[in-house]
Amino acid sequence: MADAALSAMPLAGPQDELESPARRALQRLFKRKGAVVGLLVIVVFALVALLAPWIAPYDPVATSWTAVRKPPSALHWFGTDELGRDILARVIHGARASLMAGAISVTIALAIGVPLGLLAGYRGGFIDALIGRITDAMLACPFLILAIALAAVLGPSLADAMIAIGVSATPVFIRLTRGQVMSVKVEDYVEAARAIGNPPWRIALVHILPNILPALLVQATLSVAAAIIAEAALSFLGLGQQPPFPSWGSMLNAAQRFLGNAPWMAIWPGLVIFLVVLSLNLLGDGLRDALDPRER
Amino acid sequence: MKFRRLTMAAAAALLSVLFFLAANAQAQTTLRIGLAEDPDILDPTLARTYVGRIVFSALCDKLFDIDEKLNIVPQLALGYDSSADGKEMTIKLRPNVKFHDGEPLDAEAAKYSIERHMTMPGSFRKSELASVDHVEVLDPLTIKLVLKTRYAPLIAQLTDRAGMMVSPKAAKAAGDKFGLHPVCAGPYKFVERVQQDRIVFEKFADYWNKDNVFVDKIVYLPIVDSTVRLANLKSGSLDLIERLLATDIKDVRADANLVLSTAPDIGYYGLTINIGNDKSKGPLSQSEKVRQALDLSIDREAINQVVFNGEFTPGNQWVSPTHPYYQKAFPLRPRDVEKAKALLKEAGVKTPVSVDYMVPKGTEYEAVAQVVQAMAAEAGFDIKIRVVEFATTFKEAQSGNFQVFQINWSGRIDPDGNSYIFLHSGAPQNDGGYSNPEADRLMEDGRLTSDPAQRKAIYEKMTGIILNDEPIIYIFHRTLLIAHTSKLEGYRPMPDGLVRVVGLKLK
Amino acid sequence: MLNFLARRIVQLVPTLVFVSILIFSLQHLLPGDPALVMAGEERDPAVIEQIRKQYHLDRTIPVQYAYWVANVLSGDLGESLRIKVPVLDLIAQKLPVTLQLAAMAIVIALLIGIPAGIISAVKKGTAWDYGANLFALWGISTPNFWLGIMLIFLFSIKLGWLPASGFVPPSENLRASLASTIMPAFVLGNAIAAILMRHTRSAMLQVLESDYVRTARAKGLSERSVILKHAMRNALTPVITLGALELGTLLSGAVLTEQIFSVPGFGKLIVDAVFNRDYAVVQGVVLVTATVYITLNLIADVAYILVNPRLRG
Repeated sequence: MADAALSAMPLAGPQDELESPARRALQRLFKRKGAVVGLLVIVVFALVALLAPWIAPYDPVATSWTAVRKPPSALHWFGTDELGRDILARVIHGARASLMAGAISVTIALAIGVPLGLLAGYRGGFIDALIGRITDAMLACPFLILAIALAAVLGPSLADAMIAIGVSATPVFIRLTRGQVMSVKVEDYVEAARAIGNPPWRIALVHILPNILPALLVQATLSVAAAIIAEAALSFLGLGQQPPFPSWGSMLNAAQRFLGNAPWMAIWPGLVIFLVVLSLNLLGDGLRDALDPRER
Repeated sequence: MKFRRLTMAAAAALLSVLFFLAANAQAQTTLRIGLAEDPDILDPTLARTYVGRIVFSALCDKLFDIDEKLNIVPQLALGYDSSADGKEMTIKLRPNVKFHDGEPLDAEAAKYSIERHMTMPGSFRKSELASVDHVEVLDPLTIKLVLKTRYAPLIAQLTDRAGMMVSPKAAKAAGDKFGLHPVCAGPYKFVERVQQDRIVFEKFADYWNKDNVFVDKIVYLPIVDSTVRLANLKSGSLDLIERLLATDIKDVRADANLVLSTAPDIGYYGLTINIGNDKSKGPLSQSEKVRQALDLSIDREAINQVVFNGEFTPGNQWVSPTHPYYQKAFPLRPRDVEKAKALLKEAGVKTPVSVDYMVPKGTEYEAVAQVVQAMAAEAGFDIKIRVVEFATTFKEAQSGNFQVFQINWSGRIDPDGNSYIFLHSGAPQNDGGYSNPEADRLMEDGRLTSDPAQRKAIYEKMTGIILNDEPIIYIFHRTLLIAHTSKLEGYRPMPDGLVRVVGLKLK
Repeated sequence: MLNFLARRIVQLVPTLVFVSILIFSLQHLLPGDPALVMAGEERDPAVIEQIRKQYHLDRTIPVQYAYWVANVLSGDLGESLRIKVPVLDLIAQKLPVTLQLAAMAIVIALLIGIPAGIISAVKKGTAWDYGANLFALWGISTPNFWLGIMLIFLFSIKLGWLPASGFVPPSENLRASLASTIMPAFVLGNAIAAILMRHTRSAMLQVLESDYVRTARAKGLSERSVILKHAMRNALTPVITLGALELGTLLSGAVLTEQIFSVPGFGKLIVDAVFNRDYAVVQGVVLVTATVYITLNLIADVAYILVNPRLRG
C-alpha cells in the first residue's frame, strides 16, 4: 500500500531522480533541528510509557500514610501526592494514559473522518451537502463542550474520554479530506484512471488517498497534541482516567486543592504535558514544511 | 535598535498595568462571604441545597433556631406548647415583627407560610411537614398545628426552612418566581443576584432585633475552588469563607490576620451498602460478616490523618461522638485486619472480594475512596472505584447500581433526620434496600417519643442492630471549618455550619 | 460575491437545525435524571413526579424537542430548571462578561503577537527570530488550565497581587474590573498571540520582499520608516482582520478558563449547566454560541476573500 501510494505521488518532479519523494521529505525533515528534537522527545516519552512498570521508581498507586505531600527529595525526586504516592512514578505511568489518549482518539477521528471526507469530496451532491452541514454543526459547538457532553454521556473513564475526543475531532478530518479530494480529483491522472474504467472506490483509495496523505499526516500530528491537551482537560474535570490510576490531567485536578501547600503536585504533570505537546507541535511544523515543497 | 525600544515599551506597558492592578485595594464597608457553591433558588419552599441555607440565615428568620449546643430556642416564635397526646402544638408568635415589604408577621401570615410549604407544587418541605394535618389561627399572635400523628422531630423541622416565614403579599404576587426576589422577615433584605457571581443583601431597618445588626451590607460570592477561596480571604477580598479545607488549617492558623472557627458537624460520612437491591448479589449483600469485615479493615483515624490532617472526628454512628444522642455503649472499634480476614473466611467467600464502589466526583471524595481501597485490599477486598458525576449518583443509587456508595450527609439536628430516611424499610433514601422489622419498629417509636432519655434508650437498641447488620458503615464526621478575618467580630460557630449574621461587627 | 453570501446564509439554517438536534439528543443521553438532580439530597418521590410533569420530562424526546423548537421560534429559550431564571436573561447577564474577557484577550494577543511577528520577520534567522518562534510554540503548547493554575499560584497565592477569582463589572470599578480579568484574559490571549505572531511573520516576510518595499528602500528611506510606514501597514491589514476573528476560538477557550478563575461568564454557565443537568440552559447557550460561531466563520470567509482578491470568482 505504501509503495503504491508513493509511486502515485504527482509531486515527484523530474523522474530521472532516483530518490523517492518520501525519502527527500524525510531528509528535509531531519534538517530541521526543532523537528528532530520534537521527534526525539516523543520517542523518549513513548519508550517511557511502554517501559513504565520497569523504570518507575515506585508503584504508582502504592499509598504511604507517612509520606503525604512531601516536597521533592532524594527519595522522591518529584515529591509525593496527597496520598503519599510517588509523583515521578505517577508521571511515568501517566504517560501511558496521555499518549494512548492522543494516539487512539486521533485514530478514531481518522477512521471516521477520512472515509466520510472521501465520500463527500468524491461523490459531491446531496451526500456532500449532508455531511457538510453535519460537519458545520459539530464545528459550531465549541470542541471542549462537545467533548465534555460526550464524555458525560459515555460515563467517566479513560476509554470513553478517548472516544469522546476522537468523535469531537472528526469534523476537522472530514473537512480536510474533502478539501484535498476536491483539489486532487480534477488532476489529470485521476481523470485518466476514471477514463480507463476504474470503479470509484478504487479511484478514491488508490489514486486519491495516497495524495492527501501528507496533509493528513501533518494534521494528525497536530491533532495528537490537541487530543493530549483535551484528555488532560477532561481528566482535569474528572471525566477521564479514574482513580487511583494516574493521568496527567487528573493529577493536576487533585493538585489544584493543594496549590498553596504542595505546589510541586501541580508543576510536574503540567510540565510534561507542555513538553509532549510542544514536541508534537515542533514535529508537526517540521512535517508540514518537509512535505509541502511550496513552503520553503 | 528600534525594535528593542519597541519591545521595551510593550514590556513596560504590561508591567505598569500589572502594578496598577496590584495596588488595588478596596475600602471595606460590607461583609463579603465566600461560598463553596452557587446556591439554588432563594425560595424557602423550593430550595434544597445546603449552601442555600447559609444564605437564608441572613434573609429569612424561622419560628425557632438552635443554639451552639443544639438546643431549640425561639426566634420568630416566643415558645410553644404541646398537648398531652402530642397531636396539637400551639405556637406563640413574637409581636411587632415585620416582613421586608412592611407587611406584619401575624398568625395569618404564619399560617399562610406553613400552608405554602405544605401545598405548593414542587415544595421540598412537604415531607418535612407531612405529619401536619392543618393549621389554625387562635388569635392574631397564636397558631395551632394539628398533627395527624405524634411526631417528635416536628419542632426541629421548624428550626430550618420549613419554619421560615414569607410575606404572603409578595409570595402570592410572585408565585413560583418568589425566589427571584424573596421577601422574608430576616435581618437582611434581598437587593440583587447575579447568577454564579454574587448575591447582595442590605440591612433591614425594621428588623425585630435590629439593635444587634451592625453590618450594612452582605455580599455572598460563590467560589468553588477552595484554594482560591482561601487566597481571596488572605488578600482581603473576602471577610469570611465556609468549608475551608482541613489541609489548609495550618495556613490559617499561621496568619495573624485570620481567625479559624470550628464546630462539630451534625452529619456523617459513610458507606451505604447495597443489601436488598444488588442485582449481582455480591458477597457484601449476602452476609453481614462480609460487611463487618469491610468495616474492620478500615482505619478511620488514618483516613482522618491522611486526607484531613487529623482535623475531623472518626465515628461509627449516624451522629458524631460529641452529639447528645451518641451511644457510648457502642464505642469505635479499632482496625483489625486479622479479624476481618477471619470473618471473610467464616462467611465462606472467595477472596479477593470484588466490590463496585461508587463515589461522587470530587477530589476529597476520591481521596477518601482511594484510602479505603488501599486499606480494604489488605483484608482481601478488591475495591473498584467508580467515580460518578454528582448528577448521576442519585439515579445510580436509586436504581441499585452499586455495591458500596460513599456519601456525605449534611445532617439534621434531630437524630431521626440522620437515620429514618436511610434505614427504614422502603424509605426514600434507603438506596441499599435495608430492611429489618426490629429496627423499623424502633425508628417509629423514636418518632413518637419526645422524652430525651426514653428516646435515647430506643436509639441505643437500634444502634446495636445497625452496628451488627452494617447497612451503612459510618466512617467519620466533618468538622465545620470557617475562616474569617480578624476584623470580623462576634462570629459564633454553629453545629449546622450556617453563618448567623446577627451580632457580627466589622472593625 | 453576493451569490456566495446568499449561498452561505442559506446554508446556516440546516446547520443550526443540526446543532439543535445534536445538542438535544446528546444531553438527553446524559446519564442522570434532571428531576432527581433537582430533588436534591432528600429526593421526595412526590416532588420528583411534580418536576417531571412541569417540565415535560415525562414525554418522549421528540415531543420534548418539538416543545422546545416551538418555544424558540417564539423567542422563548425556556427557563433554568435549577434557579427558575429565563435562559435569555442568563445569557444577557453572562455574555458581556465573556465579551469583555475576549476583548481583553484580543488586545493582549495583538500587543504581544504583532510586535513579536514583526521583529522575527525583520530579524529573520537571528536570535530574535528564534526567540519569537519559541514563544509562539510555547503559546500553542501550554495547556491553558495549567497556565491558569500557575498564574493563580504565582500572582494570587505567593505574591498576593491579583484577585484569584471573580469578576467586577467595569461600570462598578474599572480598576478592580481589570484586575479581576487580567489573568484569565492573558491565559486566553496567550495562545492567540502565538497564532497572530505566525501570521504576522509570514505576512511581513512576503511584504518585505515585494517591489514597493524595495522601491522605498531604494529611495533612501530609513529602515525604520520603511518597516513602520510601508511594510507594516500592508502586512497587518489581513492579520488583524483574521486575528480579530479568533473570537470563535476564544469562546471555546473560555470554557475551562472561566471555570478555573470562577469568572461568571458563558463558559462557566455552560459547564455548570452540563454538570447540573440544567437542560434548558445547555440548549439555549449552545444555540447562541453556535450562531455566533457560525456567523464569525462566515465573516471570516468573506473577509478572507476581500483581502485575497485572487480567491474571488
